[in-house]
Amino acid sequence: MKDATAPVDALRIEHLEVLYRVGQRERRVVTDLSLGIRPGESYGLVGESGCGKSTVALAAIRYLARNGRVSAGRILVDGRDLMRLSGGELRRLRARSVSMVYQDPARALNPTLRIGLQLAEVFEITEGLKGTVARERVAEMLARVQIPSPARVMSNYPHELSGGMQQRVIIAMALASDPALLILDEPTTGLDATVEAEVLDLIGRLRAELGTSVLFISHSLAVIGRMCERIGVLYAGELVEEGASEEILRDPRHPYTVALLRCVPSYGRRKDQGRLETIPGFLPTPGTSQGRCVFADRCGNATDRCRAEAPPVLAQAGRLGMRLARCFYPDRALQLPHTTGSGAPAAATATPREAVPLLRARNLSKTYQVAGRAFKAVDGIAIDLWPGETLGLVGESGSGKSSLAKLLLGLSAPDAGSAVELAGEPLNALAADRTQSQRKALQIVFQNPGLALNRSQSVRRLIQRSLRLLKLPRARREARLRELTASVRLTERHLRERPRQLSGGLQQRVSIARAFAGGPRLVVCDEPTSALDVSVQAAILNLLADLQVEQRVSYLFISHDLNVIQYLSDRVAVLYLGRVLEIGPTAAVFAGPHHPYTAALLSANPSLDGGAGGRVRLQGEVPSPLDPPSGCVFQTRCPRKIGRICEEREPALLAAAEGHAIRCHIPAAELMPAAALMSNSNELRENR
Amino acid sequence: MILKFLVKRALLSLITLAILSLLVFLGGQLLPGDVGRAVLGPLADARSVAAFNHQMGVDRPLPVQYWDWISHFVTGDMGRSFTFRAPVAPFIADALRNSLKLAALAFVLVVPLGIAGGVLAALRAGRWTDRAIVLLGQSLGIVPEFISSIVLILIFGVWLRWLPMSADWPEGSGALTQVRYLLLPALPPVLIFFGYIARVARVGTIEALNADYTRTAILKGLAWPTVLRRHVLRNALLPTITVTASLIGYLTGGLVVVETLFHYRGIGALIYSAAKAKDFPMLEAGVLTVGAIYAIASVLADLVSAALNPRLRAGGS
Amino acid sequence: MNDSAAAVTPSAPSAAAETLRIALRSRTLLIGLAILLFWIACALLGQRMTPLDPYADDLLTTLAPPSAAHWFGTDQLGRDVFSRVIIGARDILIVAPLATLLGTVLGTVIGLGIGYFRGVLDDVVSRIIEALQALPLVIVALMMLAAVGTSNATVVLVIGFVFTPLIARTVRAATLNEVDLDYVAAARLRGDGPLAIMFIEVLPNVLPVALVEMTVRLGYAIFFVASLSFIGFGIQPPSADWGIAIAENYSLIGSYWWTVLFDAGATASLIIGVNLVADGLNSVFEP
Repeated sequence: MKDATAPVDALRIEHLEVLYRVGQRERRVVTDLSLGIRPGESYGLVGESGCGKSTVALAAIRYLARNGRVSAGRILVDGRDLMRLSGGELRRLRARSVSMVYQDPARALNPTLRIGLQLAEVFEITEGLKGTVARERVAEMLARVQIPSPARVMSNYPHELSGGMQQRVIIAMALASDPALLILDEPTTGLDATVEAEVLDLIGRLRAELGTSVLFISHSLAVIGRMCERIGVLYAGELVEEGASEEILRDPRHPYTVALLRCVPSYGRRKDQGRLETIPGFLPTPGTSQGRCVFADRCGNATDRCRAEAPPVLAQAGRLGMRLARCFYPDRALQLPHTTGSGAPAAATATPREAVPLLRARNLSKTYQVAGRAFKAVDGIAIDLWPGETLGLVGESGSGKSSLAKLLLGLSAPDAGSAVELAGEPLNALAADRTQSQRKALQIVFQNPGLALNRSQSVRRLIQRSLRLLKLPRARREARLRELTASVRLTERHLRERPRQLSGGLQQRVSIARAFAGGPRLVVCDEPTSALDVSVQAAILNLLADLQVEQRVSYLFISHDLNVIQYLSDRVAVLYLGRVLEIGPTAAVFAGPHHPYTAALLSANPSLDGGAGGRVRLQGEVPSPLDPPSGCVFQTRCPRKIGRICEEREPALLAAAEGHAIRCHIPAAELMPAAALMSNSNELRENR
Repeated sequence: MILKFLVKRALLSLITLAILSLLVFLGGQLLPGDVGRAVLGPLADARSVAAFNHQMGVDRPLPVQYWDWISHFVTGDMGRSFTFRAPVAPFIADALRNSLKLAALAFVLVVPLGIAGGVLAALRAGRWTDRAIVLLGQSLGIVPEFISSIVLILIFGVWLRWLPMSADWPEGSGALTQVRYLLLPALPPVLIFFGYIARVARVGTIEALNADYTRTAILKGLAWPTVLRRHVLRNALLPTITVTASLIGYLTGGLVVVETLFHYRGIGALIYSAAKAKDFPMLEAGVLTVGAIYAIASVLADLVSAALNPRLRAGGS
Repeated sequence: MNDSAAAVTPSAPSAAAETLRIALRSRTLLIGLAILLFWIACALLGQRMTPLDPYADDLLTTLAPPSAAHWFGTDQLGRDVFSRVIIGARDILIVAPLATLLGTVLGTVIGLGIGYFRGVLDDVVSRIIEALQALPLVIVALMMLAAVGTSNATVVLVIGFVFTPLIARTVRAATLNEVDLDYVAAARLRGDGPLAIMFIEVLPNVLPVALVEMTVRLGYAIFFVASLSFIGFGIQPPSADWGIAIAENYSLIGSYWWTVLFDAGATASLIIGVNLVADGLNSVFEP
């Protein structure tokens, strides 16, 4: 329970240093970290992978792994010195004063116990409640996190709930003890966009009600910007900047923050407006930057002084107390030189429309059998793809976007009646039955390069095996290998390595090289940057854009990140439960008027600039594809549902404008564009 | 829900048994080539071999033989022994009863010990208790039964004279006496399987200890004994239950060496003597019976697993 | 754009050399290897390594206890036990590894095949494997050996056959994991046929699993062959095999312990040696 009388910091960390023992050596993973979170305040810790943010969270709850230890500094939780607590005191602290919510809710729940019991445990420990009294409190808490029919959910097992519901249960468990501090470590990564938005809203609302302090850890600047009042930027274990959210995001004072902000494709940014910025160089090994600035090697502003001395933490006055920057020249941060070279924009792709589309699919369907029941992952989709264009594919889980990609590539066979043509020639269903030239023409870049590259082969071998598509004589093969390697900016040295020895970004380059080995005409990009850090993502997107211009390929670009889609795609298709709900030029789809689902997706997108305005809330969860709704598939959640017609008849895909079609009973003229929603309640501000 | 699960599992087991019966039958009828020749030896003349084959019915078409055999088998008629010229079923019944007694004793000794050892090792993972238990389990597990039996007989039977050297107790002995006679033969399999059970329990416990849900329980502030009892052990022991099915099968039918050395008329010894005498009906019946025991044990094990792990109850994860 | 420089972890000269170096650092591996090599030498050199003639009867000094003349004493026919123990290694070191190799090769090919093709083939073969696993290996072996007769060759075949389902099951599980990974999809997309995918793409990743299984099975094979020899269904007399020697002499164990103990010790040491090697390899492949 919180102590209302003395306003002590919920969390206070002073000069924290954490070491991990790896093999024989100890690595310093967190260096000289200090931060404070006031009662009721929400603080965001942001950084890329390996920066140490999760370590900070674990240290704050004294749950470091066996090979980790706090070697210096103090941690005070709700005024108590964490490292000085006995076992019993620590347990009491964990029960009453601090709670933690993690990334993977499914694994955080005991699969063999009912939900009700797992929640009741919290009341058992904090208030000694049992039996009916405890069950009532559990039901109350479940209702508070907006779980429908709490009584039924209480007797469910974790695997019977969806991801969003599971995370709500975890949040309920965390807040049931009314802690002083709530730590959230990437709580919404892996959840669908609309579900994520709901969960974030929930967290914001509960926080306001209970007055809990929050330490929010994420790699996403947009999410942090939306949820937190103050931000701390972590790089290689050091806090390089701290201040009020608005200050940090609009007026950063550290070169890393500046560079990071520039990497993220901001809302409205398109590829013909210029390439994305990247951060040159690579993350230093933790603990090797003593006596110098940890960011110096990659900093465009760095001077010799930066490389020879560790910069102090300079404090300046800010909106919410002092703002800090660990830099010699904070006022020069915004003058950080841009890294896009000549700044040449990716060539505009306004290609003259040729007569025959590169890829044409009609009536594409795929039915799967699960436990005796059939469900349609893809239902009667028609798609055209023109040479040299990028078609973006957007949708949440169950939308069928991955299935669609597999059907087009020939990795799975569509239902009878489907027809796919490549440059006017019909394609056989499975890749194995297609001609070699057809196989050369359609390739893919997968999401997770670690799994997409054969770990037992060297990079050279990997690419060579795909070069066999070309049937070149020996001499030419080697030359072509070099060409490919150069085109994805890899070097000779990389060819000798195994995938495991390369970083994620380099692995993805190899994957791209492999896809381009045969000179394809269409490359499916299935979430190619989702597993990568922001700065690396920018480099890969630039590469893909460059290759598209050089080689005149088309892309089918699948992503859940709307900003990336907007940056790279010429046209966008929005999928839901295996059907296309909207398709059209990117600008038109994003600006509106658009389908209600598209509106919801856009409003759920946490964006750095405040995005598209007010929230469009959706009821419930994505329906199971085994039991799709009658009539329009979206009617069970649609905020613009007209009435019976939506339940009885599925709307046709009607043209709203040139090349822009929407599947809705509401005529396009009445579908509001996003901008009009801005005048409605702007719930963004309330949730901070 | 559980009933549907049970029925489904039982049906699967029946299919497995049916396949097994086919394999056993083929092993007994097809492999030897000419059964009569195999039984009577290379020196017997062709006419005796043909007469034998005709008398035993092994010159009929294979599907007919199979159907005849299996349809009688399920009603309890297991054919006639070549060696004894008498029905096989009573021999099997007696031998099975004996083997089940021995198996029960060994099971009751090895499973608690193995689980205790494995869980303890996991709780002290990396420290010397862990290494000692794992090493002990490994060392005991690689000594063949015939060697450990001989050593045990030597120590407890010959030198110390604490326990009887062969497992034939006097007629009408009470339960306690029978246990005394069965203790020595039960020890070699206990020694061998202690390490195996401990290893499975250890791995299961370590996984449960490292799981996210254990972390959740600890960070809720629960006391360690409660975390262990309610969260860790329930999940840790699931893999162990799965292996108990094959353990029961082995303890019942696989103790050929032990039963022979201790002169115990169990089903392992019966199969062994049938193999030596090339008494194929007896051999096939014995093998199939052991398979049936395993099938029953695995259905039971699955039931217990489903009771503990709700994800299995729906018939899939 | 250069995230190239520090992005690569320092690579070894070659993967094989690196593996070898790690392997040689493992003490368990080295000790096990030493034991194994000793017995292999005994098997290969046979009589050239023995101090006395292992086949020479001497009816005047039967059942003599260990002494300077006969380090391990003599047996019922006056033969030198020490020499017999040395040459007793030969048969088991031929039969057990051959059987293991046979089982591993067959099991790997079957496991790969059903793991890759799935469908009806997988269903049928998996059911058969399940059915076979319902039985303790020893009685399957007894049944088969009763049917085909017992000789070194049939023992190799039968034990190999009996091991095949176990290894196939493990390899199948590993293959199922691999086949789901995207690199297999990438291979299909460039037109690689099933054989190419199974043996060029998937097998190298599955091989470590198969090899570890093989070393573990080898220890068990020795265990198994020794036990079968003891009950007369393994290596046949008049071999000096340890199992046979123990079977012939164990009734004498009360007063003439040396006729049994050294053979038992040799069996145990060989099994320990193989297990140590298996452990050592295991820790190399899964640190």
